Amino acid sequence: MTKSDVPSAEETRSNADKYGYKPFIPPITLALAAVIVATVFTNLGSNNAIGVSAVIALIVAFILFKPKADTPIKDGTRMLDSVGVTGILPQVLAALGSLFTAAGVGDVIASGVSAVIPADNLFVATAVYCIAMAMFTMIMGNGFAAFSVITVGIGIPFLIAQGANPVVVGALGLTAGYCGTLMTPMAANFNIMPAALLETKSKYAIIFAQVPMALIMLVIHIFLMYFLAF
Amino acid sequence: MEIIKLIGVVIVIVGFVLKFDTLAVVVVAGLATGLVGGMSIIDILSTLGNSFLTNRTATLFVLTLPVIGLCERMGLKDKAVDLIKSIKGATTGRLLAIWQTVRTICSAFSLRIGGHPQFIRPLINPMAQAAAVAQYGEIDEKTEDQIKGMAAGTENYGNFFAQNCFMGSSGTLLIVSTLTEQGYNVTALDIAGQSVPIAVISVVVGVAYALLFDQILKKRFGKN
Repeated sequence: MTKSDVPSAEETRSNADKYGYKPFIPPITLALAAVIVATVFTNLGSNNAIGVSAVIALIVAFILFKPKADTPIKDGTRMLDSVGVTGILPQVLAALGSLFTAAGVGDVIASGVSAVIPADNLFVATAVYCIAMAMFTMIMGNGFAAFSVITVGIGIPFLIAQGANPVVVGALGLTAGYCGTLMTPMAANFNIMPAALLETKSKYAIIFAQVPMALIMLVIHIFLMYFLAF
Repeated sequence: MEIIKLIGVVIVIVGFVLKFDTLAVVVVAGLATGLVGGMSIIDILSTLGNSFLTNRTATLFVLTLPVIGLCERMGLKDKAVDLIKSIKGATTGRLLAIWQTVRTICSAFSLRIGGHPQFIRPLINPMAQAAAVAQYGEIDEKTEDQIKGMAAGTENYGNFFAQNCFMGSSGTLLIVSTLTEQGYNVTALDIAGQSVPIAVISVVVGVAYALLFDQILKKRFGKN
């Protein structure tokens, strides 16, 4: 059984002195290559672009650092261990979303929400979607879970089905949810753990500092989504 | 009784609030929803299974982990610390503004530069505190707490608002999976592109907020 192998501080420091800013090159290559491959080689598709760019970046890393062949494998394992269960969560949540649709949950939420949204008022619909995203995220402490439910229940029937650009609704919907993450003690590893780590006097010091920013960003989301999606 | 169909949503909320095992909560919620929705066990399992398979693209980010892990071993984070340390003579607000900008750009490129234990506690917070003390002398506990809150905030803003600019980020892939599952043809590239405006806006607002904080400190402690 291979054990995860965390590099020691001495090892990373001595490598840093040896290689300087070179370790920045493969991750930047990764991101750029993904975009380039997806844009230029459209027959491959965006998803394959991610895989292709990962391979390209790995080749670049091999050229720069000439590591032993099993080092990236060990490092990949170590990182996957630290990502943990959260790594598979998006896949499971998307599956949950489809189960919700099959069972008609989206319809129930939609009929409940339609009592609140005046018919054909797309601005209010956008506002309700964003605010619901943030609120659900605050309750659950997790933007991903909120995304599935609120997009199926509100985003699709009230925005996308009315002609909104699904890309805008999707992309800004999740970040609207993150506005909620900033304000909730449920998102403990972002708001409560760091407060303990920084030894703040008040457990909620981070949340207090973040609330103004979160609220401003949420309002911006509503307007941005409204103008970009329709 | 249509409202009973929301039982799945309730289970997810209760399960997350009470911090039960995440995967168990989600699966139970799915099963419960299917059952009250009148689906047979076979239907439930096949829907769940098919959708899980179709959405395997959500886990694509795993492919990027070996490269990133390798680069961290080669000193990626250490050099980032060097870079931050070389910023001299900044006020608390300017320091936080610069850090948030850097953190946002890194997040957009999926560079794991940042983190509360790795950067905020050992580096950004001490630097921000030191800048305030250098400018105003002794600062009170309330201010100290506020600076800590602002410092941690910059880490979160940078992390959240730009992460979907990276095509392979789990957030981006979740959006793609959820929407394509519902029949809308969106790609990771599209989503990443539409995530850029809000990332840029978050930096503008964040920088303004940090600089405003500088003004608040100035008013509080006056000329020195």
